[in-house]
Amino acid sequence: MIDTLRLTAEEAKGLLERGELSAAELRRAYLDAIAERDGELHCFLRTTGEAEGDGVPIALKDVISTKGVETTAGSRILSGYVPVFDATVAARVKAAGFSLLGKTNTDEFAMGSSTENSAWGPSRNPWDPSRVPGGSGGGSAAAVTAGLAPWALGSDTGGSIKQPSALCGNVGLRPTYGSVSRYGIIAFASSLDQVGPVAKTVRDVALLYKVIAGRDPCDSTTAELPETVQLPEGDSLAGVRIGVPTELNEAEGIEPGVKEAVMRAIGLAEELGAEVEECSLPRSVRYGLPCYYLIAPAEASANLARYDGVRYGPRAEGSSYQEMVDRTRDEGFGDEPKRRIMLGTYALSAGYYDAFYGQAQKVRTRIIREHREALERFDVLACPTSPTVAFPIGERAADPLAMYVSDLLTIPSCLAGLPGLSIPCGLSDGLPVGLQLIGPQFGENLLFRVGHALEQAIGFDTVPERWR
Amino acid sequence: MTWEAVIGLEIHAHLKTRTKMFCRCPVGFGAGENTQTCPVCLAYPGALPVANRAAVEWTILLGLALDCEIAEHAVFSRKNYFYFDNPKGYQISQYDLPLCINGNVRLPTAEGDRVIRIIRAHLEEDAAKTVHVGGRTGRIRGADYSLVDFNRGGTPLVEIVTAPDIRSAEEAKRVLQLLRQTIVELGISDAEMEKGTLRADANVSIRPEGSDELRTRTEIKNMNSFNFIARGIEAEIERQIGVWESGAEVRQETYDFDAATGTLSPHRAKEEADDYRYFPEPDLVPVEPPAELVERLRAQLPELPAARIRRIEAELDLDRATVLVTGGLDRLWEETFSAGADKVAAANVIANAVVGARVNPEDVSAVELARLIEARDRIPPAAFVEAFLNLGAPGFSADPYLAQEAVSDTAELEPIVDAILEANPGQVEAFRNGKEGLLGFFVGQVMKETEGKANPRVVSELVRSKLASS
Repeated sequence: MIDTLRLTAEEAKGLLERGELSAAELRRAYLDAIAERDGELHCFLRTTGEAEGDGVPIALKDVISTKGVETTAGSRILSGYVPVFDATVAARVKAAGFSLLGKTNTDEFAMGSSTENSAWGPSRNPWDPSRVPGGSGGGSAAAVTAGLAPWALGSDTGGSIKQPSALCGNVGLRPTYGSVSRYGIIAFASSLDQVGPVAKTVRDVALLYKVIAGRDPCDSTTAELPETVQLPEGDSLAGVRIGVPTELNEAEGIEPGVKEAVMRAIGLAEELGAEVEECSLPRSVRYGLPCYYLIAPAEASANLARYDGVRYGPRAEGSSYQEMVDRTRDEGFGDEPKRRIMLGTYALSAGYYDAFYGQAQKVRTRIIREHREALERFDVLACPTSPTVAFPIGERAADPLAMYVSDLLTIPSCLAGLPGLSIPCGLSDGLPVGLQLIGPQFGENLLFRVGHALEQAIGFDTVPERWR
Repeated sequence: MTWEAVIGLEIHAHLKTRTKMFCRCPVGFGAGENTQTCPVCLAYPGALPVANRAAVEWTILLGLALDCEIAEHAVFSRKNYFYFDNPKGYQISQYDLPLCINGNVRLPTAEGDRVIRIIRAHLEEDAAKTVHVGGRTGRIRGADYSLVDFNRGGTPLVEIVTAPDIRSAEEAKRVLQLLRQTIVELGISDAEMEKGTLRADANVSIRPEGSDELRTRTEIKNMNSFNFIARGIEAEIERQIGVWESGAEVRQETYDFDAATGTLSPHRAKEEADDYRYFPEPDLVPVEPPAELVERLRAQLPELPAARIRRIEAELDLDRATVLVTGGLDRLWEETFSAGADKVAAANVIANAVVGARVNPEDVSAVELARLIEARDRIPPAAFVEAFLNLGAPGFSADPYLAQEAVSDTAELEPIVDAILEANPGQVEAFRNGKEGLLGFFVGQVMKETEGKANPRVVSELVRSKLASS
């Protein structure tokens, strides 16, 4: 009997390599787990009964194009759309032998922090099904925690990997911008979107990152990694300088239980030999959110312009081209994409560009500089991933601003293009709390080392209490 | 009042790269509709553009040929608009940071070089081709349905924008011809207006001569030949003169030129002002051409048409030099001249007969052409004409044509001349009353009668002496 709730991808890989288990048996175990638990959780939009690959199975967020497998980005406007090509990351995991379990739920076009914006209904948090799993990659994060997949890929624009991992109590990496190909990823905001792994352990995350990272000739914004990915070992943090940005740890709205768990983890780091010191990112927190909510919608307003019903996806009837497009978009897009298309169009419009998009780009440059300066003094920065633990389904759905604040602490480093790792650091009110570690550009190995050492010291049990 | 035209040109040329601007689909014409497409140029979800290196280098090459500054940091931008020829909903173009800026075209004239400033030359992708079926106008309004062929979508286009430094329709035509020849000789585009691989729009305004004000300009589109461009601009200048002189004001509008009627009609009116919401394309990195690359490209520049016009002008005259160079005929002329032909005769024959026979100058043997030119007064005109029809054939030899002698024997020609004069008493009368232009008519009739075998020079002397003597 395979306990998919506890089995890590690395352990599964070992079982396969030693011949103790066949790939088919392993895959069957996950499909059985999906059959057992996904009715409640709704992590998967569709599963792939048959799939090639003799390695560890994997789940992919539904913004990742998969050849021959419907890919909707959580949107009605792409219902029935079957890509004719694999995203580079999908091709890389397939080439590594990983078999596709299915496509996981996401807020529509990855716009959201709870999966409640999915056209196909929300996913639920395995720790408490009345609560959200976070978003947009809530489907991938909940699937990993619930043992429905050993690991998964998500995509992160302003926190869509890190925040769900925090809320579901597992490990999520948003890699350095440019380290993982975006080719075939259904775009939300091109200058921010990054694909990354979600898994139960830091080592699993590192293993999967190694498979997907590196330059892709189909994505001009990718670069060769400056150093090979190392699987972290050891528990010493001697010589590691950890900065604790005041603004990211004292921000309004951080729950006391979250702050407490994070401070305890930072204390453990000190015990493991790290030098811990407070630092400051004054502009990043103050201006990060407004800056993000100008740049991301502006890019989205152009990225979503291709959905017109002409070449793929459902098409509404209309007596003219214009009417057909208007109706297709009206029926196909949910409220959140519509809201962001309008915001972004406005921010780019003649007469407003300088005050909004142009100004946001200047602020972004300041945020990049501020992070660079902090990371000259420190190896990593530490703070909560999410200000709160998982919130009840419906609580923020009617209030976009309350929802946007979920990403307050993840957004600044996303704007700076920096890697961020979220690891579980404890419980608050019985729900997982995530510790966010932010590293320098291409500093993933450092994040893995620190994350792994802390993970060992914290000893967090990733299995939800109700299933232990 | 005397008016002066103020004209600027916006020129688009298709680059003949092997593949498209942002994907690896082949660039070409004649393939089945929508066969040269892929997820990138059809804007499938998640597809990303990758800039074509050759297109970037060729644009830099063109910029260098136009004396431009090459940007150290150029950026692609998204130009947002909705239309079904534009599958992404935005065109990738360049906006505030183009590859080439601040250049010049030097148009050789009798009064020295006319310097027309180039504001910018940038790189972008072409839209797909649309065909509106049904309806009377061929436009979308009233059409039953529209078809889109994405083969053309994503073809690299270079856009060249001149300053409003052009002062007449004729000058606009000459600037465009010179630019076209430059583009063709760089080997970066076929630049054929009739095939649409070269397109030009003109911005036109007028002002009182000598003033330096800039009045409201209009844009003219749809001019698909050099002559139409001259006629379109001329018509617009006349229209604007009429408007201002009637006391009204020219309004900023776009016109289509209808070559069949020679008239301008307002282009599809837009209900609102264009707002393309340009912003830097986040899917592409800035283009930062290294200095070594720019210098390597500069070293590749051939001798450019404007310089050759000046060089050849010294041998001939400006008009002939311009015709030869902008027609791509000057190399053949030089070779023919080197092979022993008279330079003026060679220029005339090449500009008229070679072009008239629609022979590709590159297929012509200059040595054989020189022999024909040297013998042109000796051989029958019919043989000369026939020779040109075959001039471009591989292995062409002038021998069979040179073997024919024109009939120069007056004894043989005299009866024919007499018969022609006798048959046309009216024309004879008119000639004697001073209509000397009729000489050509008589010579032509004799040539016709002899099936082109008579020596026209001898015939002409014979006609003259006969009409003078009796």
